[in-house]
Amino acid sequence: MAPNPSHLAFVGTLVLALALGALAAPAGAEDGSDRVVHITARSFAFDPEIVRVNRGDRVVIELESVDATHGIFLDGYELSAKAEPGHPAQLVFAADKTGSFRFRCSVACGNLHPFMIGQLKVGRNLPLQRALVALAVVTVGAVWFYGTRSGRKGRAPD
Amino acid sequence: MARAVVERGGRRIELTHLLWFRRAIRGRWIQWLVAIFMLAGFVLAILAGLFGTPVGSRNFGVIFVWIVWWAALIALLVPVTGRLWCSVCPLPLPGEWLQRRALIRVRPGRRLHTLGLKWPRTLRNIWLQNGVFLGVALFSAVILTHPRVTALVMGGYALAAILLSLLFERRVFCRFVCPVGGFIGLYSMVAPLELRVKNPAVCRAHKTKDCCTGNENGYGCPWMLYPGKLERNTYCGLCGECVRTCPLDNVAINLRTPGADLAPRVGERRLDEAYKGLIMLTSALLYSAVFLGPWAGVKEAAYNVFTLPWLGYAIGFLVANLLVVPGLLLGAVALGRRLGRTGDQPLRQSFVEYAYALVPLGLAAWVAFSLSFVLINLSYAWPLLSDPFGWGWDLFGTATMPWTPYFSGLVPTLQVAVLLAGLVVAVNVVFKIGSTHAARVRAALPVAGFCSLVTGGFLWLYLG
Ligand code: SF4
Ligand code: SF4
Ligand SMILES: [Cu+2]
Repeated sequence: MAPNPSHLAFVGTLVLALALGALAAPAGAEDGSDRVVHITARSFAFDPEIVRVNRGDRVVIELESVDATHGIFLDGYELSAKAEPGHPAQLVFAADKTGSFRFRCSVACGNLHPFMIGQLKVGRNLPLQRALVALAVVTVGAVWFYGTRSGRKGRAPD
Repeated sequence: MARAVVERGGRRIELTHLLWFRRAIRGRWIQWLVAIFMLAGFVLAILAGLFGTPVGSRNFGVIFVWIVWWAALIALLVPVTGRLWCSVCPLPLPGEWLQRRALIRVRPGRRLHTLGLKWPRTLRNIWLQNGVFLGVALFSAVILTHPRVTALVMGGYALAAILLSLLFERRVFCRFVCPVGGFIGLYSMVAPLELRVKNPAVCRAHKTKDCCTGNENGYGCPWMLYPGKLERNTYCGLCGECVRTCPLDNVAINLRTPGADLAPRVGERRLDEAYKGLIMLTSALLYSAVFLGPWAGVKEAAYNVFTLPWLGYAIGFLVANLLVVPGLLLGAVALGRRLGRTGDQPLRQSFVEYAYALVPLGLAAWVAFSLSFVLINLSYAWPLLSDPFGWGWDLFGTATMPWTPYFSGLVPTLQVAVLLAGLVVAVNVVFKIGSTHAARVRAALPVAGFCSLVTGGFLWLYLG
């Protein structure tokens, strides 16, 4: 018996349709508010490590260094600031892109400096959800495509 | 004009058919110049590591070895050219010169100056490379960030290469010891470039086998191979000696379908290589979590070597690499055998065969991992060109160029694309393998699912 890949493809498409439907649905009321986030930087960590804000928020990140000069560079938003001990810095921006963004120290502060990384999560993580849907599409598509191919070609008699 | 050869399945375009290409390889000069350039960079990296600033991101050694070279190797050279790096690698160069007592030209007599011991039988595999890779990986948080440690590790490799070349025959170091060589070999199976003989029958009939013994045009294969039987890229260092020595002009360098070596029944399938694939995949996963994740505690555990937290990290790292991920694959393979009415092939053999599907998956994972740090950190390299030791020089006027991450917003998208492409190739390989030994195609489904799951894990780590 063949594994009936068309059956599989059908189930896959159904799942995908549901998933895509969910993603396309309005992302909920996320009207912006003012958010002040305090982050402490020490060699080699940010505290808190993970910061969550809503999409549309007007965010003020207050960076305070406790031991040496540290900085912050926010991936995706491409913003940066630098803070010395006793001289906090501010990063002011509108959180208009959803997803998870790494922020990292922007001042060479010592050996683990390149790995001094935190995360800013804005709203629902649509990029990840889309990537996972793409993963499902690709998996089902590849299984269907290569499965039917090898089913036709190289199958030993049952 | 390049000639297309259709043989052994798949299309091939013979590059050595081009006169200038053949001349460039036979002439030795180009390869030698590139190798010398690499050796100069290597020596500079070690010197900078030893005597330059101890701050990693300001030291030529750390940035050029772990960001520039590493990313260029795994994300560009290996996927596109396979083992070509090995033909210009500076590590074995001094040892090879000592063995040959010649820098470029072939010395008359061609006897290698070495004790010429045979490498022990039990070590004629890549288990040692697997072990050295894992051993080094446990200390990577320190090695990657301390110029002095980077220099000592690089210098240690170079010394080992020299020592082994004096004691043992040919390039024993590259073939059986170098931890980098282990994964370059594995992933070179994906590359669209290969060296093969044109007609194996010509080799079989050829009595003197100059490619193995060497002649006035070149040395016998330094990698201890018999080109006439080459089926995969894994252990051919593309050094070109056989192109030079073969009197019958039977050796070709070809462009070919990428990943041709991964088709089932091409060459041998071995447990040590299967584990190499598993270890590389697992390490990419763990490195992504440890070094790129937001969890400072894990980083500190990895960094503070020989403390209790590090011990926990090390044990976790080894267990994940040697037991958990291999166990998951084994489970998937076993499930597939139930679904697929597999013939009477032993479970171990199925496991080994399916593990080769992790080759494209793991390579994609390493490319994705490299993308995240190379684009972010490449700009550390520019000042170091002017001031490699961090001593305040400014040779080319680039010393004060600031750190500027490139395309930080684009990195995740690129990673998704690379990972999904790797998955497609992996699923293709999975079904090819499945169709060779199972009565039902569905035997391959669990392993395909495993690959999809792992890809999902990477997506979560990079985008989550
Ligand atoms: S010298 Fe040439 S023909 Fe002879 S065995 Fe080697 S590759 Fe084949
Ligand atoms: S097979 Fe030829 S190119 Fe490959 S390592 Fe041996 S001599 Fe060098
Ligand atoms: Cu810092």
